[in-house]
Amino acid sequence: MITRSLIIASIMLSASSTMSFAGGENVEVMHYWTSGSEAAGLDVLKQLLEKRGVTWSDSPVAGGTGMNMVQVLRARIASDTAPSAAQMHAQQVQAWAAEGVLTDLSDLAKKEDWAKIIAPELVPLISYNGKTVAVPVNVHRSNWLWYNKKVFDKAGVQPPTTWDEFNQVSEKLLAAGVTPLALGGQPWQEADLFENVVLGLGGADFYRKALIEQDQEAIKSETMVKVFDQLRVMNKFVDKNYPGRDWNLATQMVIKGEAGMQIMGDWAKGELSLAKMEPNVDYGCSPAPGTKGDYVWLTDNFGFFTTKDENRVKGQMEMASAILDKDFQEAFNIKKGSIPSRVDVSMDKFDFCGKAAYADRAEAQKTNTSLPSLTHNAATGATKTGVFLDVVSTFFETPTMTSQQAIDQLVAGLKSAE
Amino acid sequence: MQKGHTVAMSFPDAGAFADGSTPKSDLRLWLGKNASQLALAPSVVIVLVVIYGFMIWTGVISLTASKMLPNYSFVGFAQYDRLWSNPIWQIAVSNIFIFGFLFIGFSTAIGLALAILIDQKIRAEGFLRTVYLYPMALSFIVTGTAWKWILNPGLGLERLLHLWGWESFRFDWLVNTEYAIYTLVIAGVWQSSGFVMALFLAALRGIDEDLVKAARLDGAGATQIYRRIIIPQLGPTFMTVGVILMQQAVKSFDLVVALTSGGPGNSTNLPATFMYTQTFGRDQMAVGAASAIMILMTVAAIVVPYLYIDIRNNRDER
Repeated sequence: MITRSLIIASIMLSASSTMSFAGGENVEVMHYWTSGSEAAGLDVLKQLLEKRGVTWSDSPVAGGTGMNMVQVLRARIASDTAPSAAQMHAQQVQAWAAEGVLTDLSDLAKKEDWAKIIAPELVPLISYNGKTVAVPVNVHRSNWLWYNKKVFDKAGVQPPTTWDEFNQVSEKLLAAGVTPLALGGQPWQEADLFENVVLGLGGADFYRKALIEQDQEAIKSETMVKVFDQLRVMNKFVDKNYPGRDWNLATQMVIKGEAGMQIMGDWAKGELSLAKMEPNVDYGCSPAPGTKGDYVWLTDNFGFFTTKDENRVKGQMEMASAILDKDFQEAFNIKKGSIPSRVDVSMDKFDFCGKAAYADRAEAQKTNTSLPSLTHNAATGATKTGVFLDVVSTFFETPTMTSQQAIDQLVAGLKSAE
Repeated sequence: MQKGHTVAMSFPDAGAFADGSTPKSDLRLWLGKNASQLALAPSVVIVLVVIYGFMIWTGVISLTASKMLPNYSFVGFAQYDRLWSNPIWQIAVSNIFIFGFLFIGFSTAIGLALAILIDQKIRAEGFLRTVYLYPMALSFIVTGTAWKWILNPGLGLERLLHLWGWESFRFDWLVNTEYAIYTLVIAGVWQSSGFVMALFLAALRGIDEDLVKAARLDGAGATQIYRRIIIPQLGPTFMTVGVILMQQAVKSFDLVVALTSGGPGNSTNLPATFMYTQTFGRDQMAVGAASAIMILMTVAAIVVPYLYIDIRNNRDER
C-alpha cells in the first residue's frame, strides 16, 4: 500500500512538472511583465514568433521586483524543468551564467553581428567567459527628473541642474505649499535617489569607483559624506506619508500637482501618459541634477536555459533573434517607455523624452559616461547591491543617523558580502 | 503490487476472519491488528521527508557556500558569522522578541477579558462571539492591508480625526522607524484576540459551577472568584494559547509584507522576512538557511521543554 501510494504520488508529480508539448518549435517564457503596457509589449513578441512558427507558452509570475519569479525559477531549475527563457536584469545574467545553466548564443550572435548592433556598454554584461549568453530587450534610464510644468511655472522655478539648485527649487516649492519631491519610501526608490546623488555630486569616475568597484577610498571619502548629507537635506522635501508608498502613487502626486517633481526611471512615463499628460507640455523630463551628459542605464534581458530538446533549442534561437528585430524593438520600447537596446533603430515614433534619452545615450557613449545602475542590478551582484539598499534606506528613514555612521555601515556590510 | 491491492480492497472485513484458521487469515489477523499503523504510514513518511528531512537539508545548506542554487562546498560556521554581523538580522531578532512578547501578552489579556465579559450570561452572546471571532477568518494579508490604510497618517485614522476638527491629533507610528514595530502588534492582536477569546470561553464553560457557587456562599466577590478560583484552573488553556500564538508570532511573514514590507528603513523586519529576502532577493541562500536554523533553534528552546514536561506528565498519569 505504501509503495502504491508512493508510485501514484510520483506519477502525479512528474505529470505536473514535465510540460511537454506535442511537436513543433516552442518556447516557454517566464517573466514578470504583467502590467497592462508590459503585457501589451510582450504580445508583439509573441505574435512575431508565431509568424515564424514558434508556439509561445506564457509563464508569468506577478510581482514587480521579480523576486517571486526568481523563487519559482530556482525551483524549476533545481528540479530540472527549467523554462526555455526567463527575464533577468544585467547582473542576474552573470549570476545564472556562473551557475552554468544558460545556453550559448555565440553562433547566432556572430551570424547576426550583435557586437555591432547592440549598445556597446551592454555587451560585457550579456557575455560570460567570451560567450554570448543573453539578449537585451530594452534600455531604461534611471537618472531622470520628472516635473509638473504647471506647478513649476506657478512657483516660478526652472528644472534644477545641480543638487544645490535642487535644494533652492525645493525650498521655493515648499514656500508655495507644494511637496517638492514625490518619493515612495521603499529601499529601491531611496537607493535610486542615492545613486543619482552619487553621480550628480561625484561625477562619473566617482560613481564607477564607489558603486561599481566599491573602492574603499571612494566610499570613505569626503564626497560620500556630502552625498549622505544631501540625502539628509532631502528628508524635508518629502511629505510625511512617504514610507512604503509605491512608485506609481508617487508619480500620481506629480500628475495631480500635489508634488513638484520625482526622480525615477522612464517607466514613470507609462503613468504619465495613462493620465493623458503630454511630454514637454504638461510635464517635463530633464536629467537628474548634476547628471547632464551622463546616462545611467538598466536593462531587461532574456536568458535561455540549456535543454537537450532540439525543438526547444530552435525555439530559443528564434526568440533570441526576434527580440533584436527592429520592428519589435520599436513597438515594444514605445509601449514600455524604454529605448531600444539596438543603436540603429529609427526613433521617429518615440515621444519627446524617448528621443532625448536616445540622443543622450549616444552622447554618453562617446564620453564614456554611460553607467550601469546600482539599484537595478546592473552595476554589481545582488549581495552587494543589497548592502547599499539596506544602508541607504535605514539612513534615509532614521533622522538620528549620521553620514559617517552610514559610511561605516557600508564598509562593514560590503566586507561581509565579499 | 497486485496482492497488496486486493488486500487493501478487502480490508474492512479483515476483522470478520480474525478467528479463522486458513493460512491466508494469518495475514488478515496481522493486518487487522496493525491497520491503524498502516493507514498512518504514508503520512508519517511524508512528514519525515517534508518536515524533518528538509530541516536537516536546511541545516546542511547553512554550512555551505550556497548562493543562488544549492552547492555543497562546506565552509563551516562562516555563514552564521555573517548572519550575526548583519545589522538587519540584529534588528529582526530584537523585533521578534518585542513583537512576540507584546503580541502574545496583549492577545491573551484581551482574549481573556472578552471571554469573561461574554461569560456573564449576556444577551446576544452568539452574535457578539461571532463579531469577535470574525477577524480570525481573514488572512493576515487582508488584515495587514486594511491596517496599512487605517494607520497611514494621510489616509486613515489621523486624517479622519483632523477632518472632524481634532487638528492636533497625531498617530504616525506606521511611518516612524521607532514605533512601526508596534503597528504590527496592533494588527496582530486585533486578528488573534477573538480566537483566544473562543478558547478561553470554552474553558470557562468547562469549570464546575458548584465550585463557583460554594465560593459565593463563602462570601467571595466576583473579582475574587475569577482571580482565586476560575483563572488558576485555566492553566492548560493558557499553555495552549501560548503555544499557538508563539508559532503565529514566529512565522508571521504575511503580516509584515502586507503592512510595512519591512520598512520604514528596515525597522520592521522579522526573522522570517529576513530569511526570504536573503534567500531569494540577495542570492545568499546559505545565510538564509542559517537564519532559518536560528529560528528553529529558538522555537525548539521553548517548545522542547514544554513537550518534555507534557510527555512526562502523561506518562505519570498512566
